[in-house]
Amino acid sequence: MSHAHEHVSNTSRIWKVFILLSIVTIIEVALGIVRPEFLFMNNFLSMNLLNWVFIILTLYKAYYIVWAFMHMEGEKSSLRWAVVATVIFLVLYLVFILLVEADYVYEVFKNSTIKWNF
Amino acid sequence: MGATVTTANTNENTWGGGNEPMGASYGKLMMWFFIVSDALTFSGFLAAYGFSRFKFIDNWPIADEVFTHFPFMHGVDAPMYYVALMTFILIFSSVTMVLAVDAGHQMKQKKVAFYMLLTIVGGLIFVGSQAWEWKNFIKGEYGAIETKGGSIIQFVDKNGKRVKLEDVAVVLPEAREQHKKSNGLWFVGEPSLPSYSVAEVQAGFKAHPELLVRTEKIYRDTKEDRENKSLQPGLNKNKHREVLNREASETMVANAHLVVEGANLERNEYGSKLFADFFFFITGFHGFHVFSGVVINIIIYFNVLLGTYEKRKSYEMVEKVGLYWHFVDLVWVFVFTFFYLV
Repeated sequence: MSHAHEHVSNTSRIWKVFILLSIVTIIEVALGIVRPEFLFMNNFLSMNLLNWVFIILTLYKAYYIVWAFMHMEGEKSSLRWAVVATVIFLVLYLVFILLVEADYVYEVFKNSTIKWNF
Repeated sequence: MGATVTTANTNENTWGGGNEPMGASYGKLMMWFFIVSDALTFSGFLAAYGFSRFKFIDNWPIADEVFTHFPFMHGVDAPMYYVALMTFILIFSSVTMVLAVDAGHQMKQKKVAFYMLLTIVGGLIFVGSQAWEWKNFIKGEYGAIETKGGSIIQFVDKNGKRVKLEDVAVVLPEAREQHKKSNGLWFVGEPSLPSYSVAEVQAGFKAHPELLVRTEKIYRDTKEDRENKSLQPGLNKNKHREVLNREASETMVANAHLVVEGANLERNEYGSKLFADFFFFITGFHGFHVFSGVVINIIIYFNVLLGTYEKRKSYEMVEKVGLYWHFVDLVWVFVFTFFYLV
């Protein structure tokens, strides 16, 4: 092989990441079934805390899938930035515009004289 | 080293080709950029879903009420368990994939083949599970009524428990047959009829004075909600759907327009029609990705068996399909969150 570094087996790390992802998924499902009152009924930025917990745990899982399974941790930083920064920037932009706009449309519906629930 | 594996060659200048400024071969880099564009496509879909959901935040279906089935457990209310199982299957197939890549780095042909096979099996189980999930969603469970205003109403008893249409409706002597090409005008047809007509459900509702109507709207426990006279006292809980009192229920039922059983692209017994549209579209698009991933994996699996990569002295192709396969898993993690959890 012409690779500069010798490939060592990563098996133990792979299993560790699998266990980690499984635990996070179990926590998510448990929270989804129990729906703890103090998380579900309190809001932050017009979304309840439970949903924030779900989203943060999801991003945590996504990080491990990309870094460990897709082996992003072994790539050059130029490749890392080219892929990750592009996606993060565009997604944040898109989500911000669409959700703010959707909330505006919701307010319009709510405060208008149109009756829909009949 | 063959056509597919290029290596950094310091003798060449940067723009002369054969140089790898990002330290990844051409094929791997292009797989990464394909993944970036595909990730943006999925983000667009999920953001559109978020848009519709925020727009109709007061009457969006609650996933816990929609996906409640588990195989071989009929009538048991098991929200989330089945989709959690599907998530595990997909994460596990991701693990076997990365183990195959790992074995490829060590040039262990047999091990690569074995792990590829496990990955393919995992992918097929996942696609099958999704088909089952679709089947349940399309079939529906309790059935509902669509009013002339286009909103969905469901039936509950005096304790707020859901009641199926078959327990509400009475049979009236007005049986109507489905208009098919074989029994009517040969150039006209109609979609299959619901099990009960609107009149049968309305008559049944009259015959059961204890039944109440549950609307799409979510009760928020605001001052306005508490003062709402048309809501049934005692049955309305914060962040649950509103239950109307008998009088308001009768008005709603009198306004009935269609009997809705299950969900499709036009009607949805669980509530907002957009929910069903997005569910079919996004999980369908993801399922199609899983399916193509399985097909590509099978091709690479046979190449492994034939020794193609032994001759090439590199298992980089396994790494590339691995990237795609992990990406499919990554998308599922987000779909799972936004359709089932949030």
